Amino acid sequence: MENFSVFDIVGPRMTGPSSSHTAGAAKIALIARRIINRPVKEVRFTLYGSFAETGRGHGTDKALIGGILGFEPDDPRIREAYKYAKSRGVLVNIIMSDEPTRHPNTVKIEACDENDRWTEVKGESIGGGNILITEIDHLEVELSGDYPTLIIRHHDEPGVIAEVSHVLAQMRLNIAFMKVFRHGKGEDAYMCIETDTEVNEGMQAILLQLCKCIRQLIVV
Amino acid sequence: MISLTDAFESGSKLCSFCAQEKITLAEAMIRREIARGEMTREEILEEMKKNLLVMRESVRSGLEDYIESVSHLSGGAAMRLFRYAKYDPFCGSNTCRVAASAMAVVEVNASMGQIVAAPTAGASGILPGVLLECGIERNWTDEQLIQGLFCAGAVGLLFAENATISGADGGCQAETGVGSAMAAAALVELSGGTPEDALNAAAMTIKNILGLVCDPVAGLVECPCIKRNALGAANALLCADMTLCGINSLIPFDEVVATMLTVGRDMRKEYRETAMGGLAVTPTGKQIAEKVKHFQEIERRNETF
Repeated sequence: MENFSVFDIVGPRMTGPSSSHTAGAAKIALIARRIINRPVKEVRFTLYGSFAETGRGHGTDKALIGGILGFEPDDPRIREAYKYAKSRGVLVNIIMSDEPTRHPNTVKIEACDENDRWTEVKGESIGGGNILITEIDHLEVELSGDYPTLIIRHHDEPGVIAEVSHVLAQMRLNIAFMKVFRHGKGEDAYMCIETDTEVNEGMQAILLQLCKCIRQLIVV
Repeated sequence: MISLTDAFESGSKLCSFCAQEKITLAEAMIRREIARGEMTREEILEEMKKNLLVMRESVRSGLEDYIESVSHLSGGAAMRLFRYAKYDPFCGSNTCRVAASAMAVVEVNASMGQIVAAPTAGASGILPGVLLECGIERNWTDEQLIQGLFCAGAVGLLFAENATISGADGGCQAETGVGSAMAAAALVELSGGTPEDALNAAAMTIKNILGLVCDPVAGLVECPCIKRNALGAANALLCADMTLCGINSLIPFDEVVATMLTVGRDMRKEYRETAMGGLAVTPTGKQIAEKVKHFQEIERRNETF
């Protein structure tokens, strides 16, 4: 990580005991909750690598449950996350996997919202409470969760990126980071745009209306 | 002329920058944070105040509440040492209280309580233990303590940018070592020392524990982490005093930082947070790991539904 903030050094404020195994795990699940954007009624966490090895002792399971319930990584309620899940009627299933993964602290989250829609999110806790979301519904992405993020699925054709960034500029939304991906030439392509300010619902509607190329919009 | 952008490239550049602007390390840190462009000075100070308040509460809770870790391996040591402090301890009652306060935070951390990483969760006790306890003795205001936290942040940042602050990368020296260096520097700056003095104290703390391995029993942030925070706090006090009385580190700060990284990289992976070496693989360490695993299995059965 470069361009550290003082709050990466004296901070973050977090629920212990481990910035990678607890705070990072909570943040991955919290972002998954934001991607789903609805209360979750059933969730399946698959823990890999060091998450599977020592996760239980670090409260990784509680952190993940807390996150999916919408608790911030410094929320003391994480300690009693199982209790909160039970009282909200959320079914929790935790699976330890010995399958190898790219990063040792990886979790796959499969969650079902109240409309019976399943979403799958994969994330890595990369140290110091910092994380990367690497997959959303089998789509490879790369987002940190530190900024409001737009994930746009569109058809791979010339001018789409210019069109979207033009509309964002008109709404005075500044792009902090932007990455583009595609499955193959002329197939489905994706934009992952991290912005400096929140993208409210009105802005999302305008974006969908003006950019006909957008097939799907996920806001984190 | 050194620009703010270049100032944090090394300790010597940062000291020259502070001299050129006639500012403290804390002020340099605040200016750099403003330059990142995400927060105003007021917001930055406010954010650090929130950290200070969480630190204070974590010390209080660790010293006053009955605490047990999730693994049931730790809890209560901080309270015990703090009470003992008034019975003429060998290291003096102030050092005893500072060390107890540092342990308090890491015990709270192990019980899944709220803490502020400084620079990591495993080393989260040293900075608050040292600053808050010395602050009580010396009547430092919250504003002064916040300046101390920014100074500590500046020192931690130099390690983060030029070496590492991760146990998985550099062993315990990178976590509790850097935590001590940050705390020692803050004490020196709050006592009127120059930026050079503050970095001198930081250099000495690292020299004292250079090569310290990260070997957590059962992979948990408890043993030996909690007691190493006590040691880290005492180390910070000692190095601050050595600096303030005029003792110099023969090896300059930047060279100590570079050495810490080299030594960390030279460590076998067994000694870098993997729980595959050191105390973690002693007969007792392994036994504890088995016990924790067994206990967690029972707990899991009770909690999964």
